[in-house]
Amino acid sequence: MANTPASDLLGMAQRVASGAIKVVDLTQTLTQEFPTIVLPPEFGQAAPFRLEEISRYDERGPAWYWNNFSVSEHAGTHFDAPVHWISGKDLPNNAVDTIEPRKFIAAANVVDCSAESAANADFELTVPFLEAWEKKHGRIGAGEWVLLRTDWSKKPYAEYAGMREDGAHTPGPVPEAVKWLVEERDVHGFGTETIGTDHGQGHHFNPPFPAHFYMHGKGRFGLQCLTNLDQLPPKGAVIFSAPLKIKNGSGSPLRVLALVEGA
Amino acid sequence: MTEPLKRPRRKDPLKRTQQPLYPQSVRSRTAHGLTKAAAEGRFELQTCDDCSTVFYPPRDACPKCLSDCVPFKPVDNRGTLLAETTIRTSTDPYFRERTPWRVGLTKLDAGPVILSHIHGDVLEGQRVRLDLKLDKGGAPVMIALPEKDTPNMADDPHLREMTCDPKFRRVLITDGRTPVGQAMARAFSDAGCNIVFVGIADPWKPFPGQDELKKIERVEIVPLDVTDSESVTEQAEQNGGRIDIVVNTAEHIRAGGIMQRHGVTVAREEMDVRYFGLMRLAQAFGPAMRGRGADGVNSATAFVNLLSVHALMNWPQYGAYSAAEAASLSAAQCLRAELRPGGVRVMNVFFGPLDTEWFQTVPPPKVTPAALAKAVVQALQRGLEDVFVGDIAEDIRARLAANPKALERELAG
Repeated sequence: MANTPASDLLGMAQRVASGAIKVVDLTQTLTQEFPTIVLPPEFGQAAPFRLEEISRYDERGPAWYWNNFSVSEHAGTHFDAPVHWISGKDLPNNAVDTIEPRKFIAAANVVDCSAESAANADFELTVPFLEAWEKKHGRIGAGEWVLLRTDWSKKPYAEYAGMREDGAHTPGPVPEAVKWLVEERDVHGFGTETIGTDHGQGHHFNPPFPAHFYMHGKGRFGLQCLTNLDQLPPKGAVIFSAPLKIKNGSGSPLRVLALVEGA
Repeated sequence: MTEPLKRPRRKDPLKRTQQPLYPQSVRSRTAHGLTKAAAEGRFELQTCDDCSTVFYPPRDACPKCLSDCVPFKPVDNRGTLLAETTIRTSTDPYFRERTPWRVGLTKLDAGPVILSHIHGDVLEGQRVRLDLKLDKGGAPVMIALPEKDTPNMADDPHLREMTCDPKFRRVLITDGRTPVGQAMARAFSDAGCNIVFVGIADPWKPFPGQDELKKIERVEIVPLDVTDSESVTEQAEQNGGRIDIVVNTAEHIRAGGIMQRHGVTVAREEMDVRYFGLMRLAQAFGPAMRGRGADGVNSATAFVNLLSVHALMNWPQYGAYSAAEAASLSAAQCLRAELRPGGVRVMNVFFGPLDTEWFQTVPPPKVTPAALAKAVVQALQRGLEDVFVGDIAEDIRARLAANPKALERELAG
């Protein structure tokens, strides 16, 4: 309780080393080709990942290989801080450099919507769906992540981005569901496999982009472009998601790791 | 009649590729008056302001009245081929491997007698048109052409040395997502290219014209993003050894000035596409092209840059865009010097506002993508180096030549 033995922590390290605790990488590799969010072209655009060699054992540096990279705060597998959205702009400690570090470690609930999403790219996560999930797997705890498993990360890029003439078609939550997660369940944040935490058509919801609006409005976090969610149990995984410490950063690409009790 | 060019056969991989050479190309400062005219496709000779004598070769004073007011002016290019001879050997390495080579004397109706190359369809005593061309090394030369166009005349081997005809060549259009890229693909397919490679960035993003583009004959869609060094390098590794013409259609057009813009994000994108993009293409495709400048019928021949005419003088309404275009132009000039030893021409094509969505609010005259594409193909067939397409481009060019300062003020509005 108050005096948790230190050996628990070291024990965990040993169990990670032995494989008794499995480490699942929830991160997409940062590549140039990976789709980034698309805004109408007259808006500012999030820069995709780019890599420029500094040297590669050549005349620019005979014995060493290294690169410069450039990328938006919101490309690849990335973290959204509350300051990212206008609803969270005045909250204390709302940027990646000021968020308390303990918040980068939290338990996860993995809501499997893969079958529903496979059948319908516009699948909407609703409160009844979440309630039904809770009946089966238990109540979503305060301070825990809710991760939406859609298996979207397994799709080829064109399907993954889901761009059509009327915008993106990718699954996501309806406003009531996000509001419910924040107000009724006090969740830590919301994570998805898709390009954003919101539904592909989320700009037509009220409010637009509810996962951004409600989560960040209450100081909660977002994770997107996750992968390997199919390797996580519905409950019990612990997520490590520390973004880069960018001064007043609104988010950052990051390595997201999940710890899962081994079989 | 010129023997029509045969579609080149596959190369014998055991044979060494002929290395590019170019004729002696030193010219005096005055003689570069011819270079300027040839680069833009005009036939000009020095014409004395005082006594109207037309003369050649270039001199600093009129051979008749010694006036030093002897500017280059457009001159009637018609004349008669007085005499011809065939050179069978030469100490010049370039001509040595291209003999026999015919040369002749043409008496122009305008006065001077000029020694020039002659087209295969021209015989002694016939009426001819003298054309001013750039040779493989970019130096101005004359060639006597038949009085009227003859069948397949562009296929004449001597003439083809001075042009960049797309026929039977393989072209890379670097960005096929835009109306200009798609018009270019169509024009080069129609011009008889063997393969029209069309680069597409972010293939996961649909774009207008996608289906029609794929249906164009001999079009091959390839992944290419000029803002991504790896993508450009990979495309060059894949196809760089068989690309004879690069047409850089990658564009980034946004209105807005330098101070009026909010931040530099868009400006960075502009520079990334227009300046670094060109540099990436040059580094990836340039060396192989330079090495293939004499590689038979489908030798590497041209690198085409599409440039806003406002690369030459800033248009504050599109001020940051103009600046990126200026950077691209400067890089293109450097690339021209770098590709010259391979006999590969860098062609800069200048145009005013295009009839596309990014110039929606700009009043006409505007250049349609199809007109631009046609102009590019024709300029390559003629072997030009600097091309001005449309009224705005011509107008800016003329005003720039007359008084750059006035143009600067006028464009400021």
